[in-house]
Amino acid sequence: MSTELKTKVAIDGVGKVFQVDGSPVTAIERVDLDIRENEFVSIVGTSGCGKSTLLNIVGGLDEPTSGEIRIDGARVTGPGRNRGFVFQSYSLFEWMTVKGNIRFALEKSTLGKAEKEELVRHFIQAVGLSGFENAYPQQLSGGMRQRVAIARALVYKPSILLMDEPFGALDAQTRGMMQELLLKVWEDHKVTVLFVTHDVDEAIFLADRVIVLASRPGKVKKDLTIKLPRPRSFELVTDPQFTVYKREILTDIREETLKVMALDRK
Amino acid sequence: MSQNPRQGIGRLFRLRQEIPASIFSAAGFVVPVALLFLWWLITSLGLVKPLFLPSPGAVLEEGWRQLSEGILVSDASVSIYRILIGWLAATIVAVPVGILMGNFRIIEGALEPLISTVRYMPVVALIPLSILWAGIGDMQKVLILFLGTFFQQSLMIMDNVKNIDRNLIRAGQTLGFSNFEILYRIILPAALPGIWDTFRITIGWTWTYLVVAELVAASEGLGRRIMDAQRYLATDTILFGTLFIGLMGLLTDYLFKKSGRALFRWNNQSR
Ligand SMILES: Nc1ncnc2c1ncn2[C@@H]1O[C@H](COP(=O)(O)OP(=O)(O)O)[C@@H](O)[C@H]1O
Ligand SMILES: [Mg+2]
Repeated sequence: MSTELKTKVAIDGVGKVFQVDGSPVTAIERVDLDIRENEFVSIVGTSGCGKSTLLNIVGGLDEPTSGEIRIDGARVTGPGRNRGFVFQSYSLFEWMTVKGNIRFALEKSTLGKAEKEELVRHFIQAVGLSGFENAYPQQLSGGMRQRVAIARALVYKPSILLMDEPFGALDAQTRGMMQELLLKVWEDHKVTVLFVTHDVDEAIFLADRVIVLASRPGKVKKDLTIKLPRPRSFELVTDPQFTVYKREILTDIREETLKVMALDRK
Repeated sequence: MSQNPRQGIGRLFRLRQEIPASIFSAAGFVVPVALLFLWWLITSLGLVKPLFLPSPGAVLEEGWRQLSEGILVSDASVSIYRILIGWLAATIVAVPVGILMGNFRIIEGALEPLISTVRYMPVVALIPLSILWAGIGDMQKVLILFLGTFFQQSLMIMDNVKNIDRNLIRAGQTLGFSNFEILYRIILPAALPGIWDTFRITIGWTWTYLVVAELVAASEGLGRRIMDAQRYLATDTILFGTLFIGLMGLLTDYLFKKSGRALFRWNNQSR
């Protein structure tokens, strides 16, 4: 690892074994990964390879059975406000308005009332939801709901944003728009992002680095640096270099899928 | 009738397909009216003795008598009072118990097997004990209604709570809320539409336990009236009382549905 660039998240020998009906299921064998400050890292891998488990551990929502996570050098022992989480299922507080959802995230903050209002307003605007402040989540489309979730996860200024297949439930067009929106928000607000997806295009398009997880049990199979210029726009997917990355990642994932299918047959 | 299932009456019998709203409501009307007509026909043709099946007219007359003599109002108010107290007592305990069982495995492990067993106990069999414990006043009726409602209700509330999106809890943890705050400010409101539906269903069950509650040591009440009528074989009184309790159950159901819709306007699913 480079010593000039500051390590933001150190994933150090992290493993996770679940007990399912008394017998152990290894979700992650051993993951070692250093993520630098303000880096955008995508994590891809076959379904069930432990992506969500890894993200939950970084989020402090789950404990590893071996190894540890350090953020800015300090060991993670639980969830904290230096991290924001966005889930595929939106997971909004549906009895609160758009504004209420985002304001709720600031409740534990020590800022003054006026500053909080200003932050809420700023992030509603940043995700393009001005005019929908008083709508309830169920009145919104999937893409708009996910924008509320992103604003809610960023409004209290965490330095790390954890996203677990956030656009997985959206249609292709909306997904494309959300990717560009996310990149814009990330460039404007500088956070470190860990982005789990099973969409290889999405992983490359967004990230500085794509991590391919091997499955059953999960560990890092490939750590690929994406040297594509920023700011990025949707034409990037036709770039020859993009295709090279895509081929490499798809080959890895295919290998893993075949491995899992062979395991299942036994 | 047409052979084509897309036309004629066949249109009404397609799997999971909408039918015109007017036909849907009319169907719900036609069945009771047809039954009523059948009932009237059987009695007016004298096919069965009035002792076994009094005519609709006789039942209505009995209702009118109870109303004009003031019996109905006093019976109903006594019974509604018991239902409300019994159901509220059950609910006040079942809500926290259900929420705790749904969120802490240790509490689920400790209480669920017990409650799942006890809920099958025949409440009628507990009447003698209930008199020993609670005397012969209203408390005893309330206790019976409580026992008939509580166990099922706490298990249903546990399920309501378990059904919420687990990531809501995770979001709360990430935002720095304490366990208690998450229970009270995230889990409870998220589960409330489901819990409200449980309220609606369980108060219906409380109504069905009314006759059991007023079986002994009661001088007034809708259930008591029915049991008294049994002694004199006053079948018109029995039928009127039964139908009236049914109507009261329907009314409470309706009130819960209406209020649920008003309370949870944010929720498309609460019909
Ligand atoms: N809470 C849990 N209890 C038991 N097994 C689990 C649990 N969560 C995940 N697993 C198992 O761990 C493995 C990885 O799961 P997950 O992290 O959800 O994969 P992914 O997000 O990559 O699809 C799977 O085999 C899954 O069945
Ligand atoms: Mg997952």
